[in-house]
Amino acid sequence: MTSTMPNYDSSTPSSGQVWAWLEAVSDPEIPVISVVDLGVVRRVDCNDDGVKIVITPTYSGCPAMATIAHDIETELRRHNLQNITIVTQISPAWTTDWLSDKGKNKLEQYGIAPPQASGRPENCPQCHSSNVQKISQFGSTPCKALWRCNDCLEPFDYFKCI
Amino acid sequence: MDHAFEFLVRQGDNVLVLGHRLSEWCGQGPVLEEDIALANIALDMIGQTQLWLSYAAEVEGANRTADDLAYLRDAWDFRNVLLVEQPNRDFAVTIMRQFLFDAYHVPYLHALESSKDQRVAEIASKCRKEAIYHLERSSSVIVALGDGTEESHKRMQAALERLWPYTGELFLSDETDDAVAESGLAPVLNDVKARWLQTVQSSLKDAYLQMPDNDFAQIGGKSGIRHSEHLGHMLSTMQVLQRSYPGAQW
Repeated sequence: MTSTMPNYDSSTPSSGQVWAWLEAVSDPEIPVISVVDLGVVRRVDCNDDGVKIVITPTYSGCPAMATIAHDIETELRRHNLQNITIVTQISPAWTTDWLSDKGKNKLEQYGIAPPQASGRPENCPQCHSSNVQKISQFGSTPCKALWRCNDCLEPFDYFKCI
Repeated sequence: MDHAFEFLVRQGDNVLVLGHRLSEWCGQGPVLEEDIALANIALDMIGQTQLWLSYAAEVEGANRTADDLAYLRDAWDFRNVLLVEQPNRDFAVTIMRQFLFDAYHVPYLHALESSKDQRVAEIASKCRKEAIYHLERSSSVIVALGDGTEESHKRMQAALERLWPYTGELFLSDETDDAVAESGLAPVLNDVKARWLQTVQSSLKDAYLQMPDNDFAQIGGKSGIRHSEHLGHMLSTMQVLQRSYPGAQW
């Protein structure tokens, strides 16, 4: 009988493998995108001593950072990694340019208008009308602003461009 | 005196005290959107505080943390400018105080991005992105209210006149300012003043508000020599948990 147990190999995983695992860690406040899609994970270093993950905050006061670090560690432990170091770095400062295209699409499907260089959403994520209006420069989290669609009349979050 | 430590504490205390002042509006804003906006700006500022005071604590090397500096110092050890400790009073004073500070914060942080100290440059670069957004909002709100109703205009003009004497301290150099400018840690304050004045003049003009013709300056905040009585009251609320339950952890 062959074993169906996963093969817990103690050798160091490749950084590519770790990046793939991190795709499963969602942003705690926007669960539809991963911390990789959000551009919060900046670097993964793997060597014989363990794995080092470098993360960066979206906003300096982002209250989700502690949860993100905790979730990353939990996910990697699930893959039997032991020596995990998570380092927070602020430079270069996070920018919405680091949001992946995949992440932007997922945001829109979830009802959050993705950031635009023009500083305003292109269209309503619900009905896709471009007849939209700003309600407030700030929204439910530091990274979002509040907009409204003048056609379907639904309010929606817009991911601020910084 | 360790001028580098002093300088870092000033940066941290400015955003800590202003951030706390803004947080006092949480749940009490005139409309929900304003409530959320003020709380969000407060959050950015508390985050910035963490960056500055952590570095200050490291530079001091006395085994203190950013939390120790924030929660276990008394008013005379605080190094924020008098402007940011002024009480909220009405929404006009709150938003005018924010505008006058943001208009200084953006060019000051921009100059700090060229600091000889790499860490200072990095912190400034992170904070400036947030400060630009804050200025965008506070300047548009003062224009909306200055050029609003008779009542809003009157309140905005009164707020400007009340706060004006506290703006001078931002640019009056003392021994620490001179020392950190000399060492390349921070810019010469007078250079920042020109950019501040430009922003202030242009926004006040759009808001139909009259810039006070008076350069009398209240000082004593950033040196800690003469804080207003308001700071102690604010700290008694802000620090109550650590004072009542020393060492309490989240």
